[in-house]
Amino acid sequence: MLRDITIGQYFPGQSIVHRVDPRLKLVLVMAMIVTLFLASGPVSYAILAAYILSVIYISGIQPKMVVRGLKPVVFIVVFTAVLNLFYTPGNVLWSFGFLKLTDTGIRVAILMVVRILLLIIGTSMLTYTTSPIELTDGLERLLAPFKKIHLPVHELAMMMSIALRFIPTLIEETEKIIAAQKARGADFESGNLMQRARAMVPILVPLFISAFRRADELAIAMECRLYRGDVGRTRMKQMKFTRVDAGAGTVSVIVFAAVIVLGRMGW
Amino acid sequence: MSEIIKTENLTYIYRSADEVQKVALDGVSLSIERGEFVAVLGHNGSGKSTLASHFNGIRLPSGGTVYVDAMDTRKPELLYEIRKTCAMVFQNPDNQIVATVVEEDVAFALENLGIPPEEIRERVDASLKAVGMYEFRRHAPHKLSGGQKQRVAIAGVIAMMPRCVVFDEPTAMLDPAGRREVMRVIRELNQKLGITVVLITHHMDEAVQAGRVVVMHGGKVMMQGTPHEIFTQVDALRAASLTVPQTIEVLFDLNNQIGTDLPIDALTVDACADILERYLAN
Repeated sequence: MLRDITIGQYFPGQSIVHRVDPRLKLVLVMAMIVTLFLASGPVSYAILAAYILSVIYISGIQPKMVVRGLKPVVFIVVFTAVLNLFYTPGNVLWSFGFLKLTDTGIRVAILMVVRILLLIIGTSMLTYTTSPIELTDGLERLLAPFKKIHLPVHELAMMMSIALRFIPTLIEETEKIIAAQKARGADFESGNLMQRARAMVPILVPLFISAFRRADELAIAMECRLYRGDVGRTRMKQMKFTRVDAGAGTVSVIVFAAVIVLGRMGW
Repeated sequence: MSEIIKTENLTYIYRSADEVQKVALDGVSLSIERGEFVAVLGHNGSGKSTLASHFNGIRLPSGGTVYVDAMDTRKPELLYEIRKTCAMVFQNPDNQIVATVVEEDVAFALENLGIPPEEIRERVDASLKAVGMYEFRRHAPHKLSGGQKQRVAIAGVIAMMPRCVVFDEPTAMLDPAGRREVMRVIRELNQKLGITVVLITHHMDEAVQAGRVVVMHGGKVMMQGTPHEIFTQVDALRAASLTVPQTIEVLFDLNNQIGTDLPIDALTVDACADILERYLAN
């Protein structure tokens, strides 16, 4: 059951979308979010939707996977749609008791749903096409200027990548502990919520102790491999701004600019 | 000066919170020559791991001195240089792998050293090839077997090009196949790359492969010599709660129980079989 957890779902590939510099991808995703909220009419949304759909197409990720990623937000989407349908003032088309369906309501509801869906799909394309290590690396380099104001950027990125490294190890360990406690007659499935929560204690205590021991050993091993923080550090993988990046960046910026201009005009 | 590690009257005392003191090392004087393959043998609590942790300044002596390539480990300003000279591989491969990709992990030490990217690439590839893990360079470490993980850890250490590598029970958590792989890599480091190897172990069959065996007991060096000299002293080894290699044990027990007069010096199964064959032929 624990093995199903995947953090930052990543689908490896060699497409242009995969190869774009993670720093650029991070910046573009942020720009896309801003653009989404500046779009206002059907035309601007259609352009943005076409942009995101073509990103999916180019990345070679199966649309099925993208749709699956939307499952957790179905409730929010439906909720927003219903609220907007019945609570937007305008010409009443149909009413039942206090519920009034208006023409602007329909329009706003559709646009809101599209906005949320594009937001989720657009941001998940980042994690689908960028490995966690590239993401943390990209984040570290993007935030590098903040080192000047003593923000521990390198340390945070190192913590993130170590956390990612140890998730599978600790999951494996948790499964072992669960099996060991079950073998001693522990019962995790019956009882009320309180009893079940209490049953977790014999899992969490050994897990924490072992995690601390691992942390201690890892720290010594890192020191033995000459780790001393950010001092004089180089990286094997250099991030280079390539022509692919320049192209992808230019196209995206033009699309976003067009959407913002059209959005301002109310289209 | 040809020794790479030298301890003089090294003493280490563990102090626990309730002021109970435990002497883990009691006047150990030992020197390890360049290019040697030394196995340090001892049962649990004999002080062998404590000794190993002095070889690159993880622990500092309570008394006496440790020199690594003539550098005193108690001088903090030399610590970085000492760790560059004498690297360490630990027991649990999971707890010494830092990155989520094999090649990134091997590059870790080199990145810390501030080596230019192109050279890192070359050294990472060379190290991975040396341990036979080059094809796995893009894999996630958690999907590898124990022996493979330990080989990645070894690659990460030899990428630093240390003159000496200390292995602290590197096979203790591995299955027999993993143990064989790792032992083969360790022998190759010593023979092909000329790296000094100190192997801390409690497996007799691993110690047999070394050029010199040091037996630790009760925080002291009990005896040292070639595997042949050490493993033929069955009584002394048993006194140190160590088992002897099975090949020796068979010959020893035969002599004791049925009064044969077999030479007790078979370190390999083949040598043992030869001795028995010769005896049976007579």
